[in-house]
Amino acid sequence: MPKLQLPAALRRPAKPGSNGQVDGKAPEDLRETPAARPEPKVTDQAVEAGKDVVGWVDQRTGLSGFLTGMLYRKVPKGTNWFYTLGSATLFAFVVQAITGVFLAMYYTPSPTQAYGSVTHLTNDVFLGEFVRGMHKWGASVMIILLFLHMGRTFFFGAYKYPRELNWVIGVVLLILTFVMGLTGYLLPFDQRSFWATVVANNITATGPVVGPYLADFLRAGAEFGPTTLTRFYAIHMLLVPGAIIALIGAHLYLVVKLGTTAPPWLKAQRPGSTRPVEAVVAGANGASPNGDRSRT
Amino acid sequence: MTRRRVFTVAVQGLGGLAGAAIVLPAVGFAVAPIFEREDDRWEPIGPPDDFTAEAYKAAVITIVDGIGEAGKTTVYVRKGSEELGEDPDGYIAISTRCAHLGCPVRFVEAAGNFICPCHGGVYDFEGKVIGGPPVRPLDRFQTRVRGGKVEIGPRYSVTSQLEPVRSRDPGEFTGGIWEYLYPPRPSTPSPP
Repeated sequence: MPKLQLPAALRRPAKPGSNGQVDGKAPEDLRETPAARPEPKVTDQAVEAGKDVVGWVDQRTGLSGFLTGMLYRKVPKGTNWFYTLGSATLFAFVVQAITGVFLAMYYTPSPTQAYGSVTHLTNDVFLGEFVRGMHKWGASVMIILLFLHMGRTFFFGAYKYPRELNWVIGVVLLILTFVMGLTGYLLPFDQRSFWATVVANNITATGPVVGPYLADFLRAGAEFGPTTLTRFYAIHMLLVPGAIIALIGAHLYLVVKLGTTAPPWLKAQRPGSTRPVEAVVAGANGASPNGDRSRT
Repeated sequence: MTRRRVFTVAVQGLGGLAGAAIVLPAVGFAVAPIFEREDDRWEPIGPPDDFTAEAYKAAVITIVDGIGEAGKTTVYVRKGSEELGEDPDGYIAISTRCAHLGCPVRFVEAAGNFICPCHGGVYDFEGKVIGGPPVRPLDRFQTRVRGGKVEIGPRYSVTSQLEPVRSRDPGEFTGGIWEYLYPPRPSTPSPP
């Protein structure tokens, strides 16, 4: 693999004790007799300019510490493809966000024009069918990936201390994604959209005491009215996406902060030992209360 | 209480006030429709001679203006029937909104019943539930005769004994304790 031309700010942090140098050598320009420099090539100059820009930004923001800390963080042994499901869900969300922005350029959230604008963007607009298809099928893909990610977390026991809060945030994200599905379903405003929303609203209304008011809130009135569609549209493209982005930020922060878990089939090992902790503890002081506690 | 503490509390209070000045109107703006009631609509559907006590006649009325097809609904109208203990001079207007989850029911002549296509709700000639998941009889609309035309007015719901109550959303029981568990909404008019 060719050596990556990374700006100093983004290079892998040195190991402790290596005196600040990744490969243990002094950098070029600190050697006693600098080598005579040939006239730099244009490509080299371009690379240097890029590094300079990154360095300029880094000096003023200090972002590199955060970036290198996140990008070069340690992951446990046994990390495997199942650990990519969260990133896959994030990618699905990004696809939804991007295609959604472009769909919004052609969509008219008015009860009399919504269906016409959707058929227009599907049938007439260049690649419209493709972008709408991405958004439509991407919605299902995101829900499926979300459940797979949740299943991985559950079966690997990755929701346990100290990661419970991240599980809770994840569940809120799941619910918000459902809300996206529900509100987005109305937007094409065909017969299926309309009646599915009528039914969903009426299911909301069956909640005792607060249900009737919740349904009125969603519909903006006692009947499906002129502002029901705009209300769903605003919830679908502004309110919930904003909340999802904020919560994804919190979710990722906790992932980086707490680290990921090893898969459950790997036993914990003492540093430098090839024997699992359990065996060491059981063999050395199996009867002591300390030993019992560390076994759980 | 120190001067520092007074200033801290005062500044925090001002910040809270400034926040509330933005958030509260926005929330009120979003929830206001819960408390608003539209004016009653009365829509003429034809002269009294068009209707008999023995058969329903379908009419399409607009219940919400300005939203095209989505604001229209079908109503089944007939004269009051003495046999069923109704006022023979009055009119019965049955809403096609299924009392289960709001799908559109239709009156099937051959069966003499209202049947819902979504989840199999069945109602008899009076709109009472005789099968499927609906929780109460079909809603009705108020009726009156003005200027030689039968007019259809606001919607209301009925209990299983066909007593009128304020309009409820589909899926909500009516009568008895349910009047408290599904309280009437300010956005709906009083029943006749």
